[in-house]
Amino acid sequence: MLRGNDLVCVRGDRRLFEDVNFFLDAGGIMRVSGPNGSGKTSLLRMLCGLSLPAHGEISWRGTAIRSLGGEYYNEVTYLGHLAGVKDELTAIENLRISSALAGAEIGEDKAREVLQYVGLGGRELLPVKVLSQGQKKRVALARLLVSSTALWILDEPLVALDTSAIKMIKDLLEQHLAQGGMVVMTTHQEIDIAAATIQQLQLA
Amino acid sequence: MLLWIIQRDLLLAMRRQSDVLTTLFFFIIVVSLFPLSVGPEMNMLRTMAPGIVWVAALLASMLSLGRMFSSDYLDGTLEQMLLSPHSLFLLVLGKALAHWLVTGVPLVLMAPILGIQYDLPADALFVLTASLLLGTPILSLIGAIGAALTLGLRGGGVLVSLLVLPLYIPVLIFGSGAVEASSAGLGYGAHFSLLGAFLLVAVAFSPWATASSLRISME
Repeated sequence: MLRGNDLVCVRGDRRLFEDVNFFLDAGGIMRVSGPNGSGKTSLLRMLCGLSLPAHGEISWRGTAIRSLGGEYYNEVTYLGHLAGVKDELTAIENLRISSALAGAEIGEDKAREVLQYVGLGGRELLPVKVLSQGQKKRVALARLLVSSTALWILDEPLVALDTSAIKMIKDLLEQHLAQGGMVVMTTHQEIDIAAATIQQLQLA
Repeated sequence: MLLWIIQRDLLLAMRRQSDVLTTLFFFIIVVSLFPLSVGPEMNMLRTMAPGIVWVAALLASMLSLGRMFSSDYLDGTLEQMLLSPHSLFLLVLGKALAHWLVTGVPLVLMAPILGIQYDLPADALFVLTASLLLGTPILSLIGAIGAALTLGLRGGGVLVSLLVLPLYIPVLIFGSGAVEASSAGLGYGAHFSLLGAFLLVAVAFSPWATASSLRISME
């Protein structure tokens, strides 16, 4: 499904990583690990097509992602370092707008239900700027619950979350993987996720 | 999708009214300063009016360009837009339209009132307002390219003006030219046709250029 071939990342005159190869199949999870500055985020941004590898190719279902364009984005959800939520908007507005952008419009009732599930019940109508870091992260993570995409690319999804939220993410990921979804994630925290295939990609 | 983006940006503008009002007050103050400093010579004011109103509209529109993409860039929502299965062309067009609705339309609405300070006759006021109505969307569309190119750069504000002002010049010439032509008793149809042509070219070309610039800036 998702394949990386001889990927090289260059930042300025520094080579962050080279010869990165992987193959991720349905139901598989790949954890990208490495010290700070080893290019984990750069790799994830490449997988999303936000930046191009200096060398090598990333393909999805056998086709290079750069020639897929919108088709690829129908099947990918990316959660980056930045939460991607607007401070001035309420949690409901944020969730409805981001899911409309991702091509899956949802109604207000559905948004309310999902926010309730991620533990923001009663706070749906507050502007996100008054929420805590962890709650903001939950608003961002709520997008995963309404997405029907196959590949989830998650950059440090556990930062700022409490144990109950981490448990929720674990369940969510396991459910996604059991349904044949795929996950690429980075994290510095220990988390055991049951999956058909578990890969570690170590960046030097 | 276009409507979602416009709705979103209008909602954001409503929650952050100070941004919108800054632009409008800047426009009102600049236009009002001239009659005060030049003095009450009606003939001179009448000839100066179209140029002053247009230059002020241009500067006011530029003042707000920096915000078009930068807040979305900083909180990661721009990243999500680039990863949307919808066409980036439409998303960018929506953002430029929202920018026009928030900064351009108030200027157009204020222009006839401000024109009275310059003793403009009713038909000249009408032409001035109509020329702004045609011209200000072009300013937002062209400005979007500059805002996208300078995204995330230090001192981007100065660079935006250097990039965008030369492209604004034709709009300025034909916009204020239309009012002068109508005051001189000549037809203003040709000016309006040219402004309309600029607008069509900008609608077709600028979102595409902006989308490519955003992809480069985000890399």
